[in-house]
Amino acid sequence: MSTGNMNLTLKVWRQKNNAAKGAFVTYKAEGISPDMSFLEMLDVVNEGLILKGEEPIQFDHDCREGICGMCSLYINGHPHGPKQGITTCQLHMRTFHDGEIIVIEPWRAAAFPIVRDLAVDRSAFDRIQQAGGFVSVNTGVTVDANEIPIPKVIADEAFNSATCIGCGACVAACKNASAMLFVSAKVSQLGMLPQGQPERYSRVQAMVAQMDAEGFGSCTNTGACEAECPKEIKMTNISRMNNDFFSAKLFRAEVIHEHASGE
Amino acid sequence: MSEFKQTFNSSLGKKLIMALTGLFLCTFLIVHLGGNLQLFSNDGGYSFNVYANFLTHFPPIEVVAYLLYLSILVHAVYALVLTIHNRKARPVGYASVSKSKVTWASKNMGLLGSILFLFIVIHMSDFWYNYKYTHSVGYKEYRTDLATGKTTWVDFTPSTTDFEKSVSVVNDVEIVRVKDLHAKVAQSFSNIYYDVIYVLAMCVLSFHLMHGFQSAFRTFGWVHKKYTPIVSFIGTWVFGVIIPLGFAAMPIFYYLQTIIK
Amino acid sequence: MSLNAKIPEGPLAEKWSKHKFNLKLVNPANKRKYDVIVVGTGLAGASAAASLAELGYNVKAFCFQDSPRRAHSIAAQGGINAAKNYQNDGDSVYRLFYDTIKGGDYRAREGNVYRLAEVSVNIIDQCVAQGVPFAREYGGLLDNRSFGGSQVSRTFYARGQTGQQLLLGAYSALNRQINLGKVKMYTRTEMLDVVVIDGHAKGIVTRNLTTGAIDTHAAHAVLLCTGGYGNVFYLSTNAMGSNVTAAWRAHKRGAFFANPCFTQIHPTCIPVTGDHQSKLTLMSESLRNDGRVWAPKTAEIAEQLRKGQIKASQVKEEDRDYFLERKYPSFGNLVPRDVASRNAKEVVDEKRGVGGSGIAVFLDFADAIHRLGKEAVSAKYGNLFDMYYQITDEDPYTQPMRIYPAVHYTMGGLWVDYNLSTTVPGLYALGECNFSDHGANRLGASALMQGLADGYFVIPYTLGDYLATIGPKPVDVNHPAFAQTKQDTINYINKLLALKGTKTVDQYHRELGLIMWEYCGMARTAEGLTKAKGLIRALREDFWKNVIVVGENEEVNSSLEKAGRVADFLELGELMVDDAQMRKESCGGHFRLESQTPEGEALRDDDDFAFVAAWEFKAENEPETLHKEVLDFEFVHLTQRSYK
Repeated sequence: MSTGNMNLTLKVWRQKNNAAKGAFVTYKAEGISPDMSFLEMLDVVNEGLILKGEEPIQFDHDCREGICGMCSLYINGHPHGPKQGITTCQLHMRTFHDGEIIVIEPWRAAAFPIVRDLAVDRSAFDRIQQAGGFVSVNTGVTVDANEIPIPKVIADEAFNSATCIGCGACVAACKNASAMLFVSAKVSQLGMLPQGQPERYSRVQAMVAQMDAEGFGSCTNTGACEAECPKEIKMTNISRMNNDFFSAKLFRAEVIHEHASGE
Repeated sequence: MSEFKQTFNSSLGKKLIMALTGLFLCTFLIVHLGGNLQLFSNDGGYSFNVYANFLTHFPPIEVVAYLLYLSILVHAVYALVLTIHNRKARPVGYASVSKSKVTWASKNMGLLGSILFLFIVIHMSDFWYNYKYTHSVGYKEYRTDLATGKTTWVDFTPSTTDFEKSVSVVNDVEIVRVKDLHAKVAQSFSNIYYDVIYVLAMCVLSFHLMHGFQSAFRTFGWVHKKYTPIVSFIGTWVFGVIIPLGFAAMPIFYYLQTIIK
Repeated sequence: MSLNAKIPEGPLAEKWSKHKFNLKLVNPANKRKYDVIVVGTGLAGASAAASLAELGYNVKAFCFQDSPRRAHSIAAQGGINAAKNYQNDGDSVYRLFYDTIKGGDYRAREGNVYRLAEVSVNIIDQCVAQGVPFAREYGGLLDNRSFGGSQVSRTFYARGQTGQQLLLGAYSALNRQINLGKVKMYTRTEMLDVVVIDGHAKGIVTRNLTTGAIDTHAAHAVLLCTGGYGNVFYLSTNAMGSNVTAAWRAHKRGAFFANPCFTQIHPTCIPVTGDHQSKLTLMSESLRNDGRVWAPKTAEIAEQLRKGQIKASQVKEEDRDYFLERKYPSFGNLVPRDVASRNAKEVVDEKRGVGGSGIAVFLDFADAIHRLGKEAVSAKYGNLFDMYYQITDEDPYTQPMRIYPAVHYTMGGLWVDYNLSTTVPGLYALGECNFSDHGANRLGASALMQGLADGYFVIPYTLGDYLATIGPKPVDVNHPAFAQTKQDTINYINKLLALKGTKTVDQYHRELGLIMWEYCGMARTAEGLTKAKGLIRALREDFWKNVIVVGENEEVNSSLEKAGRVADFLELGELMVDDAQMRKESCGGHFRLESQTPEGEALRDDDDFAFVAAWEFKAENEPETLHKEVLDFEFVHLTQRSYK
């Protein structure tokens, strides 16, 4: 069914479930078109496997246009492959050359247990967001949207932080498997906007506490996260978060209480 | 207190301790280098020895010194704790390694730090320990003619072994008797192997500070469009280049002197 | 069974307020005694789950993705409409209502659409309060842009990723309720059936996609917010996982399916490159604000372009046909989606298409770059240009983009009344999953609006009325219907797993897609639809004999997941064809070649087809029964849509 002429060797991590032992398995990907996306190349391999009655390689993917954040392959030593500013699904086979050996691994982090093969469980990210990544407003506010003017530069910068797709490439890239870029992007977004001010200091504490509880590593300001982030989120966010965190913990006099967890 | 405990037990809190101790050690390096520049003065080690004596006997400085030793230990211990924690965060590593997009130093702070720690042990046991706790360091007597300002020096053997320093004025001649660390330094630095270790250690220091100084500011969260470039300039040029170069110049200077003699 | 849409009486502008007043309320102390299931966590699902939890109901939310934030609402690029009239350019609730009714080619309910326009303003307020970073002007106020099919600037946007920002807003509201313990979230969990007891929906059956566990969940009401079924075409702009399964299984349990043939084909997508294509990528319609659509005037020049003998830039001005500007002088490149799409198809049918395959037309920015400068164009469309370059390896700054229509949105869906209730009491459908507000064609930037309107501002009121009626008595989880429905699901899965044929699920899906695209796509005929019905039947029969499903249930099994979804698409496809066959008029996205104006525009037949077609499932392999909900237009005058 494929139309191309590239032949590749894939070394793919296969692991039936989290409890099973995993190993690399070598597959041939033949007749690959350079116009295929990386995931379409894997589709071709999987069709071949299914026709042989074997189970396909499991990998997370959904929108295939670089926004849902589901795809998460570590390709030849880089999260989302060798190109910058894109997700795995936006990586095209023209990036590779005929005959190349491609090593495909899952995100590796204690906080991201393997679900199967190349798919990992990133629910730790959700739990961090649940701990405080929101503005506490109920549905039905009656304040007109234009009652709160926000300087364009602030709005734009908050937007830059908000572009995070929660894919986890920052954790995958970091030598310490730290989630600081992810967490700080949300903390920064809401910390910069007027809507986020009332909970600014409780939010940062709650989210950092959850981040620590999930077992991510700590930040050494190495910058691999920023270099590999498909949305090019900046490390400045990490500093902003640190600043808010230390202000909250060390300098703010008001009583700091835990985020409510139940009523 | 539990609030503090909680703060410093958090991953960010631990990083804060690393940054605080690291920057404190950085400021010490400036002082240390400034003092040690006296090694370059051609006065038979007079000013250096007096300075060394001052450092070890002026109480406020002694307090600072203990803070410094503590900082080194805390910095090292926390580094170890964080490293173990970070290793645990990725129990299974990657099979494929790629050309990294980040600086080598930033990825190898632990290695660099361990080498520096080893160096500090060697360095301190050689000079500080010998100076303070052994009798292996000799003494010098400096006689300065107060009228002409001319200084001469001879070796000196005190009557008691716990002699540290004396200053007296006899016939317009100031007599200063003090432990001669300078001779010890000159002796050590005449050894080529020793010098190589020093120079290499200073290279390591350069890499460590090149990342560490700026990183500390990031950890504090002090990032600003205007000031961050200044921090980065200082981190690179002052702490990454000038300070390690200044320290490295000393063994080289003394070794060259040995050769010329 | 007669369909009662329950549209409130009275003047248009008062219907919703009056209705809200007339709806029964649940006592605040009683709210916690009710359980509500929300399936799907896109804009409609996340906003509904959060809002209902805020009111005090116990919510269980489900999504098949690994996180609620991944729902496909996230991929919407362009923006969200709201009748704020911040630009002072003559917008109003009535104008948004009118535009939406007209854009939908008069096949939507006036009452629903007016309510949608009415609450649109609240949506923006709500989202801003949540911290959604909409684009702003230098003065700090919200920016707007004009969007396909509209002559006022009422679209709020967040660069090219409005959907993501809105979804993250709803996701954050959902997260807050999860943190408060009011929502229990089930990720990587797919709904496979509805449990119906005495005609009321009382729960669902799910499969845990990690462990394969089949579970039942009971609740006083079930909300389906599971999106559209565009993936019946295999290639669409939908996410790979988007599917009709939840809606279809509900349909088979008694929920009518309305207007299934109303699908929207979006004009500005990146063309297909080959058989390997797994999905199509949409580029925001906003590109048409500055890009000019053209094709060569003659097939000969097109041929030269296809063979690469000449470049697009070498085609002389007089040899170019800016066909939208030529045919629709007042709207030009901004004609509604269906019109733009159909014209592109015509050009390609005339062999004037470009690109290697000849299945594309140009979208040219040379004029805009000349007029505004490259920087200004980049500021507006930079991310879209980058995306295009990433996929095609062609630089849109130096050569025109190639575009072609692709399936994007499905206006049809589960039939719901004004309260968003399906024909099964207790079973609701929100967002793209229902059929209600867009008629035969959806205007740009209205999908996000509808999803959030349903979730934030409609269901919190209307659901209360139903719950107050049935009372807070706990659902009887020991009722045999739970065990029976669960067993049905297990049997169905075992039946799929037993299939060890010779063709993959994807192969069937691809074939179905080709049939649908060819015969039930941009242009439909009686003859083609008859043929399609036969082909789909045959394909479905073949599927149940020759498909391969590998692995077992008790593991992550993408082969099994896909098989179940494609099996449902194979059934839905046939219903779509039946619906298209029945509707002998053209309207909006449904274009019957037999029914067109002399100028080749969609020609409605209001006398015979001004109704909603709601289909009732009878039994496997039996024809579905058609129910007609007649559309009364009290306030707008039906006109032949003209964008000349």
